Amino acid sequence: MEITRDLKNHKVQLSENAIALVKKICRRFNYQEGELINILHAVQSQFGYLPAEIQELIAKELDISVAKVYGVVTFYSFFTMKPKGKYPISLCMGTACYVRGAENILNEIKRQLNIDEGETTPDGLFSLSSLRCVGACGLAPVLLVGEKVYGRVAQADVRKIISEYKAGCLTHPTKE
Amino acid sequence: MTDYRMNILVCGGTGCRSSEGATLYDELVSLLADKGLEKEIQVVSTGCFGFCEKGPVVKILPDNTFYVQVQAADAREIIEEHIIKGRKVEHLLYTAPETGKKVSDSKHMDFYKKQVRIALRNCGFINPENIDEYVAREGYAAMAKCLGEMTPEQVIKEIKKAGLRGRGGAGFPTGTKWELTRKSEADQKYVVCNADEGDPGAFMDRSILEGDPHSVIEAMSICGYCIGADKGLVYIRAEYPLAIKRLKIALEQARNYGLLGENVLDTGFNFDIELRYGAGAFVCGEETALIHSMEGKRGEPTFKPPFPAEKGYLGKPTNVNNVETYANIPPIINKGSKWFSGIGTEKSKGTKVFALAGKINNVGLIEVPMGTTLREVIYDIGGGIKGGKEFKAVQTGGPSGGCLTKNFLDTPIDYESLTEAGSMMGSGGMIVMDEDDCMVSIAKFYLEFTLDESCGKCNPCRIGNKRLWEILDKISKGNGTKEDLNRLKLLSNVVKDASLCGLGQTSPNPILSTMDNFWDEYLAHVEDKRCPAGQCKAMMQYVIDPNKCTGCTLCSRICPVAAIEGERKKPHEIDPEKCIKCGACMEKCKFEAISVA
Ligand SMILES: Cc1cc2nc3c(=O)[nH]c(=O)nc-3n(C[C@H](O)[C@H](O)[C@H](O)COP(=O)(O)O)c2cc1C
Ligand code: SF4
Ligand code: SF4
Ligand code: SF4
Ligand code: FES
Ligand code: FES
Repeated sequence: MEITRDLKNHKVQLSENAIALVKKICRRFNYQEGELINILHAVQSQFGYLPAEIQELIAKELDISVAKVYGVVTFYSFFTMKPKGKYPISLCMGTACYVRGAENILNEIKRQLNIDEGETTPDGLFSLSSLRCVGACGLAPVLLVGEKVYGRVAQADVRKIISEYKAGCLTHPTKE
Repeated sequence: MTDYRMNILVCGGTGCRSSEGATLYDELVSLLADKGLEKEIQVVSTGCFGFCEKGPVVKILPDNTFYVQVQAADAREIIEEHIIKGRKVEHLLYTAPETGKKVSDSKHMDFYKKQVRIALRNCGFINPENIDEYVAREGYAAMAKCLGEMTPEQVIKEIKKAGLRGRGGAGFPTGTKWELTRKSEADQKYVVCNADEGDPGAFMDRSILEGDPHSVIEAMSICGYCIGADKGLVYIRAEYPLAIKRLKIALEQARNYGLLGENVLDTGFNFDIELRYGAGAFVCGEETALIHSMEGKRGEPTFKPPFPAEKGYLGKPTNVNNVETYANIPPIINKGSKWFSGIGTEKSKGTKVFALAGKINNVGLIEVPMGTTLREVIYDIGGGIKGGKEFKAVQTGGPSGGCLTKNFLDTPIDYESLTEAGSMMGSGGMIVMDEDDCMVSIAKFYLEFTLDESCGKCNPCRIGNKRLWEILDKISKGNGTKEDLNRLKLLSNVVKDASLCGLGQTSPNPILSTMDNFWDEYLAHVEDKRCPAGQCKAMMQYVIDPNKCTGCTLCSRICPVAAIEGERKKPHEIDPEKCIKCGACMEKCKFEAISVA
């Protein structure tokens, strides 16, 4: 979807199409306040994230305060106000992965990419987040790039995985 | 299923799919088609078999042959050898660790011998995307029986007699909850399924929904009939795409078969189910928070009473149960309360599903009768500790639970015994830890989780947990004092007593139980500034033993911060100033020359 970003001021410019789409989603849910979370899910799945401008638009459409929308967006970790990288990396920090060394892997990714959790690299390629139990504890520690799962990840694998994506040889994630 | 000469069951659970299960399925299907066998042999993508450690898993029926770690490249051999020539593919069979012998079928695997599968009865047996397979295994028979032959009171009585208790954590008697909701007068009531599975390190509910979605739909309908509701809602984590997909397919199929919707089975009963998506907030597993979240609001808990049974979703009486609780309902109706209450202990009936994980050989999903001991689960089913290490603790109840030591290994698993031992049943996460796990770090790990997830509504939880975390952090960095230990204990009890909802009321449990059971370890951290498990980074140093080091240079090439120096074929050295204690060198050294001091 077309959102033009002004990186310096964190402002985004919504295109006509984008505005129409958000409005359409709000209409689909009958402008019901009780459907706010479903609306946010639907909008985020289209745009990848929920910048302030989109939240303002939703608030206007549903005739509720922006604070209410913002309150919900910030409450739930699934909603994000920052765009994810082209290759979103998520590391499982569930207990099973933790006891099998996930923390070291997380630190290694942070070091390799020089970003913290919740951030995106300046080139827009990678973003980093942690999540809790992917349901593949047998493969702990587990790392995801997009939807591709890497199991039994060792610290030394991190550099390899990242450089593969950097080199662009894995444009659409496949098993190595 | 019975129309086929043989069935090839391929695990379609998240664990196995992640390691090539999906391509394996496609490969098998296309090979069968090549050989013109697709009418005789069926390939079924099932839910989790439970034996995730050795996935992808393939099982052949009717002979129960159990293949482990099957790769897509093995598909041809399975078809040409096993299916066509009737010879088992030896190298794909599971090897029993004690005897080193190959095990020919699942019936002879220790992993399955002590298990009793009620909630998981269909997981790994049926294609969850095909309602006919569910129906063939007594599916919707319980609903038909309830609607056709029993009054709501009779059904509730049966559930009460069965002694089923909530599997979401608290263990409240399910029949009693249904009765309370039934007795609340209102023009509209709701049935809610709590599929928010928040315990970080557990995947029971997800596996049930992925492997047997109809059992939950059927049970929710029965509940609707009992309490007088025509609408059901499943609150499911948005992070569970496969479970959502299968649930949607199942709902559609049930509607097409007239098992959901208006006038179900011509009995005049109306019932339908909608999905609501969670958005990554652990506290939304708490039932009042869950209800607020379903109403589109921030998921903050509210004080109980009023309980959801009186005032729930949109202010109407609402029955909230966990996924696994529902999955137990159809078998209870089909086989009777007597059968069910014959399994388990005096106060805890039936079985419990656990996601067994951590430092254990057989990570996976298991279901055992209540009363089974922790030892049986960890050693007989779980196959013992990984890498021959020493067992140290087992954690149940997730962030609300506790760590039990080897002195508690003979504790029977039931609600009361686990609580008495200082932990709790919880929703089913069971994490095994070995000698390398530091208990202070574990407590800190759970506290970090709580901090992230506290909704911030009440001060004891929002501020108290932060202070608890800070004390733990200080201890793990080697700056703690004995006084800190006292403060830790005191504040833990304050947070427990003064918090508004279950999250804050239980969040100090991991601290208290590790302090109770591993006091010496806490003392070592504050008095000797030493982490006995060698995990707390601030207190350790990586060193190379010059006598063992061969000078292979591997470590110096791996070290991310170039902290290791040395000449080829000469002992290497680590510069403690530069070393960030990542452990990569130790992991890779082939000569065990690197250790933590
Ligand atoms: C912080 C917190 C988190 C919870 N998370 C869950 C959960 O993820 N799944 C669940 O079924 N119950 C969870 N519960 C328990 C629910 O509040 C509720 O008791 C349960 O859904 C009732 O179902 P049951 O009687 O079938 O167990 C949680 C409770 C608390 C206090
Ligand atoms: S105890 Fe914690 S999670 Fe519960 S209401 Fe208070 S702040 Fe929120
Ligand atoms: S990897 Fe081990 S043996 Fe090789 S140089 Fe390093 S410490 Fe020495
Ligand atoms: S622990 Fe990590 S940083 Fe320290 S020497 Fe080894 S590889 Fe380098
Ligand atoms: S804890 Fe990481 S996959 Fe379960
Ligand atoms: S996911 Fe395949 S056995 Fe559990």
